[in-house]
Amino acid sequence: MAVVINQELCKGCKICVKNCPFQAIDFDETTRKATINEKCTACSVCISKCPFKAISKDESDEVDLSAYKHIWVFAEQRDGELMGVAKELIACGRRLSRDISPETKCYALLVGNNLGALGQEAIEWGADGSILIEHPLLEHFNTDGYTKVICDAIQEMKPEIILYGATHIGRDLAPRVAGRSNVGLTADCTGLEVDLEKYKAYCAKETTLDLSTLEGEDPNDKCIKQTRPAFGGNLMATIVSKKTRPQMSTVRPGVMSKQERVPGAQGEIIKVTPKLEESDIRTKIIKIVKEAKEMVSLTDAKIICSGGRGLGGPEGFKLIEEFANKVGGVVGSSRACVDAGWIGHEHQVGQTGTTVKPDIYFACGISGAIQHQAGMKNSKLIVAINKDPDAPIFGIADYGIVGDLYKVIPMIIEEWDNFSTAL
Amino acid sequence: MRIIVCAKQVPDTSEVKIDPKTNRIIRDGVPSILNPDDANALEEALLLKDKDPNVTVTVVSMGPPQAKDMLIECLAMGADECYLLSDRAVGGSDTWATSNAITALIEKIGPFDMIFAGRQAIDGDTAQVGPQIAEKMHLPQVTYVQKFEISEDYKKVTVQRQLEDGYEIIEVATPCMLTCIKELNNPRYMTVSGIVKACKPDAPIYVKSAKDVECDLSKVGLEASPTVVFRSFTPAPKAPGQIIKGEDERELSKNLLAKLKEKHAI
Repeated sequence: MAVVINQELCKGCKICVKNCPFQAIDFDETTRKATINEKCTACSVCISKCPFKAISKDESDEVDLSAYKHIWVFAEQRDGELMGVAKELIACGRRLSRDISPETKCYALLVGNNLGALGQEAIEWGADGSILIEHPLLEHFNTDGYTKVICDAIQEMKPEIILYGATHIGRDLAPRVAGRSNVGLTADCTGLEVDLEKYKAYCAKETTLDLSTLEGEDPNDKCIKQTRPAFGGNLMATIVSKKTRPQMSTVRPGVMSKQERVPGAQGEIIKVTPKLEESDIRTKIIKIVKEAKEMVSLTDAKIICSGGRGLGGPEGFKLIEEFANKVGGVVGSSRACVDAGWIGHEHQVGQTGTTVKPDIYFACGISGAIQHQAGMKNSKLIVAINKDPDAPIFGIADYGIVGDLYKVIPMIIEEWDNFSTAL
Repeated sequence: MRIIVCAKQVPDTSEVKIDPKTNRIIRDGVPSILNPDDANALEEALLLKDKDPNVTVTVVSMGPPQAKDMLIECLAMGADECYLLSDRAVGGSDTWATSNAITALIEKIGPFDMIFAGRQAIDGDTAQVGPQIAEKMHLPQVTYVQKFEISEDYKKVTVQRQLEDGYEIIEVATPCMLTCIKELNNPRYMTVSGIVKACKPDAPIYVKSAKDVECDLSKVGLEASPTVVFRSFTPAPKAPGQIIKGEDERELSKNLLAKLKEKHAI
């Protein structure tokens, strides 16, 4: 889809030049006609502005999908530190690249300033190579700057797939890049497969899909099958973008697993010089405030002790904290308690909170709304403690205790050392 | 000053249940509500209107004709006028196509100073439409806004953007797109007089077709959407677990811990 100016109809009025948001229309002083340059994003603003109907969109030249190769992972870094989700997605991107073809590579896309050894670090986490885009204006994340340099890089290097972490940064950036590139984007994916057989295996394990409905699908079509929850986790959908490239997904932190870091792993480092000016960036960061409260690392926790509405009040989290301290766990919470102001949102587990998969998840006084389940059902063992024997949480728990958590938990705390092998 | 608020009518997903026999969503009887984050977006606009009667709050939405009910709620909360883009031609739009359609609607409505949207809708949870409208309208954006201030001349906005471990303070000139989260404010209730006014037949709720807003039909609707649903299904139900038995709490605890030990979990 390219925008073209019919030179016969163009009267040289320059209205389109003024209205183009991307400076993508030049005015040729000799012919007195407007022409489209390479900055055009096919946004079509000029088409409606032209009083002489001289501008149109050439729909005939379909995007050549085969020109798009390799997988990029937006390897988010903050203050020079690679985010955990970047490591997880590098492992995921590497796996998918092998499933596409032996020639397909997984690159870590690093955007920032003075990225130093991060390119090498990404390779050690499993990337075949790193693409570094560095500029003083990219020091801290800003929507305009990051969107521009990534869209420019996409145009030039044409990746087939881009994965982003569904963080507060990834979810700000990815829709903007997809909007400008006019491609599909699937948010908060929990399953990604390119290979049809592997997709079938995933569906057989995780879903109720009747696999016979997949029989007519082309096993050679390596489009990315992006599975995500909808309707608060009540429904799952697999989304594909067959017509546009690159295909883009965001993935929640904690959903994929990172691989072992291989110190000294070799890979290609590609440096891209971005074209960026101060005027490109319309927001100004005045200050970045780290909140004094300790970081809750729910995603890395081996044991999570979570409290829900059944606690009855904010003071209930004292018991949960005591429990977590005893078992070496981290305090989690259902959304209800966060909404009620009993505990900070950084503790929230679930669809709109953190996705977790600890070795043991203790759900204490949590009824188990589907939104909560969406964030914790992949825990290795789930223990539910609830007064209500009909609470949905018992439907997904491995072990349940029907009883008063204020009586049960102190006993577990007392008995813990008699059973635990950990010193 | 005119503020545009983007709102969506959504099913209350906390009320959505699965039919255990057919594994299908039971939609009957599920109430439709104003999307929670959008209520925060509307509230922030109304707070500006409370301070300055010259502020106009215009709510825009896209959806089936019954989305008017949600817009009545917006009027009853205090919005000045509502526009609903309702047309089969825009049905089935993904986020990219939706943003094209809503952009056409906003452009048709005319000049504005600011757009407030909710961060995300609870039915899809994508958080994509706000930023994509901003992209199509060439506006700067700030997402996850948890605190908002505006200069007296309405030219400059200072906001707190929530991060996972804190927040950023960001300045941006108007017009801009801000997507709001629940930490921003507490949405007001509808007033009785507001409900009475909003339910009148001449209440300022305007339903527009794709033709009315002159949207490019090649960029909206199911066909134009770059993403398509390949398959949809319900998650696999987990095998039922075990209820721990015991005479008293101590025995229950011991039996539980014995099980966990058996599994080498502790």
